[in-house]
Amino acid sequence: MSDQSSVEILTEWDIVAARQLGRNVAKELGFGTVDQARITTAISELARNIYLYAGQGRIEIQQLTENGMKGILIIAADSGPGIPDVRKVMEDGFTTSGGLGAGLPGVKRLMDDFKIETIQGEGTDIRATKWLR
Amino acid sequence: MKLWLQESPGGFYDKMNKQMATYIQENMTGVIAEWQQMMRDERDERSFQVMSEEMVNQTSREFAGLMTSSLLESNEVYESRLQDFADKVVRLGWSITFMTKAIDHFAEIVYEGMRDSGIIHQENMDGFIHEFSNWATPIRNSMIDTYSKTWERTVSLQKIALQELSASLIPVFDKVSVMPLVGTIDTERAKLIMENLLDGVVKHRAEVVLLDITGVPVVDTMVAHHIIQAADAVRLVGAKCMLVGIRPEIAQTIVTLGINLNDFTTTSTLQRGVEQALAWTNRKIVEVEEA
Repeated sequence: MSDQSSVEILTEWDIVAARQLGRNVAKELGFGTVDQARITTAISELARNIYLYAGQGRIEIQQLTENGMKGILIIAADSGPGIPDVRKVMEDGFTTSGGLGAGLPGVKRLMDDFKIETIQGEGTDIRATKWLR
Repeated sequence: MKLWLQESPGGFYDKMNKQMATYIQENMTGVIAEWQQMMRDERDERSFQVMSEEMVNQTSREFAGLMTSSLLESNEVYESRLQDFADKVVRLGWSITFMTKAIDHFAEIVYEGMRDSGIIHQENMDGFIHEFSNWATPIRNSMIDTYSKTWERTVSLQKIALQELSASLIPVFDKVSVMPLVGTIDTERAKLIMENLLDGVVKHRAEVVLLDITGVPVVDTMVAHHIIQAADAVRLVGAKCMLVGIRPEIAQTIVTLGINLNDFTTTSTLQRGVEQALAWTNRKIVEVEEA
């Protein structure tokens, strides 16, 4: 069972809209303030990646119920250039934008499950889940 | 020659306009009642529900008056009426969809009424259809225009207001300044923060600057990156930068993200930051016993 909603990412302000949506869903599900901060930060990172590297895409937020557990699923999908070397972007400190290079590995640490699918020239699909304990 | 001029299209349409206006004026109550009913039947209609009965009636009369005015009065009189009315409905919070429907329904009712009472018949139908569209379209356009102008104005005012709130450096003690950051930090704001910080440090001769992030909802890698850069720049102009107001959940997220703030002095509250800043400049706040 899932319940979903999404935000198109076109401008920098859409990042704010996406994490606002995520925060509301997380709050509704009963996540504490620390987890809310983790979830919104993860959304912020993923949405910013879309904005910076793909130009446009969407962030989807789903509520999950599995084996009596509740959780939140963030899907970040774009049809951008894709990621040439996934292993590299998952390393701490690797950056192509002059940033901190903590984005994707950071998101992985912030969330419980993290899956990344990317095809060069076709786009990227990242799914990250956080379970309510 | 003169007779022919009177028969020119302008005169022809003027006559139709007069007929339309006369019809509306003679059947005002009925038209308004039917129009109100139609508007109430609209799906998702909330604009009328939140208004008192008296207010609805008054606004309806004003609206009908405006629609008639566009047929009769000179452009200037009508324009100012239109402006007043548009301002009013924007204030009332009528949606633009509701407003354009209001115009369409009104024209529809008048057209059907005039057809049913035989004023519009087979021969003059084309002319009237043309005239009705000439009547409704400019009103709709100016309504949309007023709405979008109001929105543009609001957005630009808010942008200015936001910029004013953006990043001000406040000197709190000699050599100590504070920059409270409230709200989302985007690229534009990050630039402003950096500029104001450096200008302020030089202007106030600050030795310690406290960046207060109590009001920043999310600290992701980009925000952290901007803060680190700002602090580095402050160091270059010869002052020290301290990060204060780190909430517990933000502290945890920063650690999980793996952001390195080891070069920073950080404190949980602004108060502690100020104490630390005073200590760095060899001062402290003491309680004075009254004599």
